Amino acid sequence: MKRDGFLWCMAAALTLAVAITSGNPAEARRAAPQVNDAAILGDGAENNLPRTLEEFGFFIHADAQIPTLGVVPYRLNMPLYTDGADKLRFAYVPQGKQALANGDGLIDFPVGSALIKTFAFGEGEGRRLIETRVLLHRADGWLALPYRWNEEQTEARLAVAGGRVAVTTPAGVELNYRIPNKNQCKQCHAIDDAVVPIGPKARNLSAEWLSEFAEAGHIDSVPEGSDILPMWEARYDADIDDAARAYLDVNCAHCHRPEGKASNSGLDLRWEQREPVAYGIGKRPVAAGRGSGGLEFAIAPGDPAASILVYRMDSTDPGIVMPEIGTTTVHDEGLELMTKWIEGMPQ
Amino acid sequence: MGFKGETYMIRISLAAALLASASPLLAETHSIAPGDGAQERLQEALILAEPGDEIVLEAGRFVLTDGLSLDVDGVTVRGQGMDQSILDFSSQQGAGEGLLVTSDNVVLRDFGVENSRGDGIKSKGADNIVFYKVRVEWTRGPHPENGAYGVYPVESENVLVDSVTTIAASDAGIYVGQARNIIVRNSVAKYNVAGIEIENSYGADVYNNLAVNNTGGILVFDLPDIPQQGGRDVRVFNNIIVDNNTPNFAPEGNIVAGVPTGMGVMVMSHYNVEVFNNVMAENATGNVLIVAYPNETDDADYNPYPVNVLVTNNIQGRAGYKPAFDGGDMLAAAFGGTIPPVTHDGNGKDIVIDDGVPVLSLGLTRHAQPITEAQPQMVDLSHGGARNPSLPEITLPEAMEAVVAQ
Repeated sequence: MKRDGFLWCMAAALTLAVAITSGNPAEARRAAPQVNDAAILGDGAENNLPRTLEEFGFFIHADAQIPTLGVVPYRLNMPLYTDGADKLRFAYVPQGKQALANGDGLIDFPVGSALIKTFAFGEGEGRRLIETRVLLHRADGWLALPYRWNEEQTEARLAVAGGRVAVTTPAGVELNYRIPNKNQCKQCHAIDDAVVPIGPKARNLSAEWLSEFAEAGHIDSVPEGSDILPMWEARYDADIDDAARAYLDVNCAHCHRPEGKASNSGLDLRWEQREPVAYGIGKRPVAAGRGSGGLEFAIAPGDPAASILVYRMDSTDPGIVMPEIGTTTVHDEGLELMTKWIEGMPQ
Repeated sequence: MGFKGETYMIRISLAAALLASASPLLAETHSIAPGDGAQERLQEALILAEPGDEIVLEAGRFVLTDGLSLDVDGVTVRGQGMDQSILDFSSQQGAGEGLLVTSDNVVLRDFGVENSRGDGIKSKGADNIVFYKVRVEWTRGPHPENGAYGVYPVESENVLVDSVTTIAASDAGIYVGQARNIIVRNSVAKYNVAGIEIENSYGADVYNNLAVNNTGGILVFDLPDIPQQGGRDVRVFNNIIVDNNTPNFAPEGNIVAGVPTGMGVMVMSHYNVEVFNNVMAENATGNVLIVAYPNETDDADYNPYPVNVLVTNNIQGRAGYKPAFDGGDMLAAAFGGTIPPVTHDGNGKDIVIDDGVPVLSLGLTRHAQPITEAQPQMVDLSHGGARNPSLPEITLPEAMEAVVAQ
């Protein structure tokens, strides 16, 4: 399903490119807005906190999520679970600038860049856009802002305080979807108090996409260590250790890292953390409160039912559930992956 | 009327024109009333506030559906009193705490927080934070499904908790963790598992507090496998620590779930702790317990033993009449019904206890040793009465003290 959405976007972008190269250039230019760099940069008081998504000019048809020129759709090998919402992801690097592949397999996006992610439920005609989150790289750092789509799907307005939206998923599940407020954006996106992108790490992007991104001049080279994380859809074809650690890296490590919101727990779920007790094996809870569920260890090898990690992923109680924000439902497939992983560990 | 986006925009222009966005001259007060849309109105005000601003909570009950958060430096959140302006999280659907603060130089004062699903007020990495005349309570009383911590500053430098009341937290009412330079004073902690807990911190003064009807009154702990350890330099003095006999209701697996019901002051591992001039009485397990970390650990950087602990000049009343640790009943029987008010597990070094009361040693010789191997005995740890408290007083930046002097 996610894949379909992505391919559809690619197809739309392609159609547009064809129209521009072969059709009437003037008309195409009129149809395709220029990205408003001043809105990304916050130049001028009126651009400090753009009130609508439209002011950025990221989309030709925002409701159809067809990006304008220079706004490039992408997907991640291992995506973050958000109540099963479809996510449409786009990256923008301003003209004349380039992202740099840094040594850690991460990507340094230049000032003026933007990352755009739209959350939607439903398919085809029935698709409903819920919110679009933008990450703007300004001169003083990254800024995260949430935009909430109206019922008519004609406009997305800034919602700094976030909100809740009743949503029925394609599977028929009714949930009270949470749009994060601006601070909650930062809770996940902060490293040592600075807002940073989480998703587009080279290790979680396909080598093919990175090559195309480089060919288009948006990045100086394909970063080393790219495309390492297994594809979510192929998680059981991969080494289960890799699949599970990739899942934890993407879903948990933005907080559970030495510079993140959960640093005080001492639980470090980053992909690169290779010390077993640090990523939970035989690790006792620190300040989990009733989140521990009466269990002694984050991960009890061979015994998922005795593992706090499983207990907290399987809850919807705000005082227990992990992740703390970003989901309101249990990710059954993620839970299944964790359970199988822990079951297979030697005791 | 509530805070509006338009005024914010106007002010931004003004600030830009004056090139002085953080000037106190432009500090504003945003008054928020309870009622419809309180969640969004209050959260928006907390987000759009500028350094120096004050968010005023009008009197009444703010019914909230999600956690609140503050990430702007130098903001004061002020209610009309801890029982007058109430942030009610009874219907909270998300977030791990009621109010989360992640910015520096913040003052939280004169409001109450009730029934948050997780922690009450958490501040993380928030330096120079002041909690003053704040109440955090779970109104159904002790219950294992209450939130873990009431007031929860962690990873902060300069923390002041003054005149705070916490009731019925399922872990600690006032918990200061992995912080530096801390004062907790003039506060009331009751019906929590731990009344006041200082954990993995460097430099704390805990004084003039009342810890009553908790499972354990005041805890000073150092734990392994967390970023800041080697907890040290904590003074506990001039507190009243009585009747801490509420049965332990902490969820299993947490370190406080191991606190025996009926505990006054408990020191676990840790360097340099002074407990003096307190009144401790009617704590059924004991007034003072000094122990090593009870579990095995592979953390090579961690010292599981208490080092340099001084207990002196306290007024000790009845205690030890119902010791709740393993084997406590038998031990009490052996001592004619009541064990001494002070117990040391036998581990650690430079443990001085000079209160003129009997001291029980469990005679253990290493941490994580089973209590079945205990060799209970009476000991004299007074070392001739020559030791006096000598840790330096904690001082905070003047601006923080000025808040409570008003």
